[in-house]
Amino acid sequence: MAHAYTPGLRVTPQTLLQRQRQLPLKGEVVVSQGDSVTRDQVVAHTHLPGNVTTLNLVNILSCTPEELPNYMLKSEGDPVEADEPIAETRPFIKWFKTTVKAPISGTLESISKITGQVIFRAPPRPVQVQAYIDGNVIEILPEEGVIVETTGAFVQGIFGIGGEIWGPLHVISKEPDQILTPDQIDDSCAGKIVVGGNLLTLDVIDKAREIGAVGIIGGGIRDSDLRDLLGYDLGVAITGTENIGLTVIVTEGFGPIAMARKTFGILSENNGKEASISGATQIRAGVLRPEIIIPESTIHEQTDESDNPGLIEGALLRVIRAPHFGQVGKVTALPPELQTVESETHVRVLEVEFDNGDRATVPRANVELIQE
Amino acid sequence: MDKLNVIIATDCGSTTTKAILIEKKDDIYRQTYRGEAPTTVEAPYEDVTRGVLNAIQEVEELSGRQILDGETIITPAEDHRGVDIYISTSSAGGGLQMMVGGVIQAMTGESAQRCALGAGAIVMDILASNDGRQPHEKIERIRQLRPDMVLLSGGTDGGTISHVVELAEFISAADPKPRFGSGYQLPVIYAGNKDAAQEIERTLGDKTALTVTENIRPTLEEENLGPARHVIHDLFLEHVMAQAPGYRKLISWTGAPIMPTPGAVGLMMQTVSKQQNINVVGVDIGGATTDVFSVFDNIFNRTVSANLGMSYSVSNVLAEAGLDDVMRWVPFKIDEADLRDRIKNKMIRPTTIPHMLEELQVEQAIAREALRLAFVQHRALAVGLKGVQAERTLSDVFDQSAGGDSLIKMRDLDLLVGSGGVLSHAPRRMQTAAMLIDAFQPEGITRLAVDSIFMMPHLGVLSSVNEIAATQVFERDCLIYLGTCIAPIAQGKQGAPWAQYEIALPDGTQSGTLNIGDLLHFPLEADQEAHITLQPERNTDAGAGPGRELNTTVKGGTAGLILDGRGRPIVFAENQSERTDQISRWSETLNLYPR
Repeated sequence: MAHAYTPGLRVTPQTLLQRQRQLPLKGEVVVSQGDSVTRDQVVAHTHLPGNVTTLNLVNILSCTPEELPNYMLKSEGDPVEADEPIAETRPFIKWFKTTVKAPISGTLESISKITGQVIFRAPPRPVQVQAYIDGNVIEILPEEGVIVETTGAFVQGIFGIGGEIWGPLHVISKEPDQILTPDQIDDSCAGKIVVGGNLLTLDVIDKAREIGAVGIIGGGIRDSDLRDLLGYDLGVAITGTENIGLTVIVTEGFGPIAMARKTFGILSENNGKEASISGATQIRAGVLRPEIIIPESTIHEQTDESDNPGLIEGALLRVIRAPHFGQVGKVTALPPELQTVESETHVRVLEVEFDNGDRATVPRANVELIQE
Repeated sequence: MDKLNVIIATDCGSTTTKAILIEKKDDIYRQTYRGEAPTTVEAPYEDVTRGVLNAIQEVEELSGRQILDGETIITPAEDHRGVDIYISTSSAGGGLQMMVGGVIQAMTGESAQRCALGAGAIVMDILASNDGRQPHEKIERIRQLRPDMVLLSGGTDGGTISHVVELAEFISAADPKPRFGSGYQLPVIYAGNKDAAQEIERTLGDKTALTVTENIRPTLEEENLGPARHVIHDLFLEHVMAQAPGYRKLISWTGAPIMPTPGAVGLMMQTVSKQQNINVVGVDIGGATTDVFSVFDNIFNRTVSANLGMSYSVSNVLAEAGLDDVMRWVPFKIDEADLRDRIKNKMIRPTTIPHMLEELQVEQAIAREALRLAFVQHRALAVGLKGVQAERTLSDVFDQSAGGDSLIKMRDLDLLVGSGGVLSHAPRRMQTAAMLIDAFQPEGITRLAVDSIFMMPHLGVLSSVNEIAATQVFERDCLIYLGTCIAPIAQGKQGAPWAQYEIALPDGTQSGTLNIGDLLHFPLEADQEAHITLQPERNTDAGAGPGRELNTTVKGGTAGLILDGRGRPIVFAENQSERTDQISRWSETLNLYPR
């Protein structure tokens, strides 16, 4: 049966998590099933084919492509050193001899008799994949990677920039609605993941970067600050490869917005503990949200993630569009019939009572469940 | 396909799978029920058929017809049980992503691009000998992109072979991997100089799944896109689709090959154009991309603007159009920083809908700019060569991309069709008409329509099985006619007289003067016609030539008849408050929004 899709971000103090750690190409897995691994441990490695350099010899040697093999000193597949002669003409007078040298060290990959193009390939580049989280290897993907499993706290953010990083959590704000100020960021933040409650301003992010924090987490960020941070206007939300010196994760959205109390509570409880975070966000088919994982060595009873009752009366939600943007409340009624809202759009709605006691009717598409 | 009385069709989109039931009643095919369910290509399901079954199940519940027996579609139909055929289109998993190559960017490169786009693909990059990139840059790019498929063309038959072989060498050196998994070879289609085929085979045969087909540019004056497009469709099924989760099962269910969604919409546009002998422009604006289709003088073109859309790509529309161009359509001021945050919030939470009127107006302003930019891109590509039947003169060949060569002649446009959420689900149909007019700025007489529930993909694939069924449903259930727009052409001082009009409407004749800057609206129902006489000023062209009287009969629709004297391009007041008044006036004339 088709059902209404209400997006929700996972925020849980204790859960079982698995992460697939895969190489971009086939290679070698260096751990075994059942091994205990740490976040910075290499689990698989391979070599990416080296970059390619081309040289068209027909113009240099003044010959036709068909004649080219006669002038070659090296054959396809031969190793070459930079500046090593690879082809030369053999004129009657030695003075007029033309010699072509290899532009790079590597392998001579191909010689074309059609185009005169000679292709050189640089030595392969090593690539490593790390475990990213502390945990156990539960499955080996032969020649490709591993699946690492851990238990711990797990928080999905709404948007992030920057890649995978790890470090101890350093919660500064006392309340989820507090906005961090640059003077709160001091030397104690170096090497840590800084946590604020509300908005992350550009000044604060810059200061954190300057001090050497590896990551920063907050409720919201202004788009104008994001643009200044990246140096360009982000058109499509596909992130994770930015190289800005630290990973930034916001849990709620754009603009000043307090972090959900539950999210802030989990982060505060784990203050000082090691966390693995990733800012990678992809909001298209195959949604990828930024994440904060705090592995826990002692196994508590797990929360059952599959038992999500969905949108029901009493469910905790947040409104994700104006008016009431960012407000948190509980569902008080779910009228089945379509209703007309101010924009004259006919939509399915729900009635909500906010934390401050106010009530409102909002389109169901404009709320997000907060999983408790 | 003698007996096709009950048809179930699905479109597996990136987020939603839509099923429609078509039934033949009293010798006429009608779309009767519709169901939808989330697409299940991604984890945790990773099986597209789950979403298909869910969507069909919803149709079952609404129609009372049993279509499924467990996980099997019952065929053929008997009384209230089963269907005669199941057909489907798909754009799930990001659709078909291709890289194309040609020797000269503006010639074979453009032909290859048109070929791939027409087949329903997203073109990720165009590789050409003269694209200005160094060989190693090209190789690095090919390796990075991981397309689903590569189309390589280049050279006319009997011409030089070295350039196209060089491109093949670059592809070979890059050794590209396909997007889905590493267990199969990347499909490469060669459709260039036939004399180079053997050499291409030698270069790429071992490293890729190579298919050689007819040259898309056999001579300079000829473009032959059909055979390569068919190969793209075949490979899409054999290689790309078959790798996506659950598609092998889905392919076994369908009674006709699964088509890429935009390819099916394009086929429908061509069918309509052919049957009614009209020029058509169609647009489908989605969350991530906007597709534009055109058929002018039987020449079909399609473009996809991969990063112009209303949710995932909404932020990119603002980045490309600029804040001023978006806000010129809105009769109020808004703080820039606040607007930016709101748009980004829509991007990260794409399923939200505008609750407040002001937000709806901003969203429709963004839609106008997304449509406008997508159409600009379309005009740039729908140029130059005509098909194999009509040859160009040699003198035309060298300036194919020049502005004046666009095949899109707005005055010759007969029908403008819109589809996609922001157009199909606008609270008032007049808003849809206004968005289409403002974005495309049709000239002369143009009929406007909207796809009621986005069933063009289903009808496109149906037309490959039964053209009559597809066109009957298209006419009766798919298209909602919005009305007709008449826009005379000329520039002049705002408020100056432009044309005298006399319109014989069903409830009486109305006459007056259309001034420059005016927008006039006359209600005219979909089943009604009006005779219009337009006597333009000396330098003005109402469609019959400068200064010449236009006499014609036009059809109505839910938005009626619109006389648009705002100029082409539409002239905005430079002063902010005057512009606000201007937008409010136009908006009031058309009764666009509640007061």
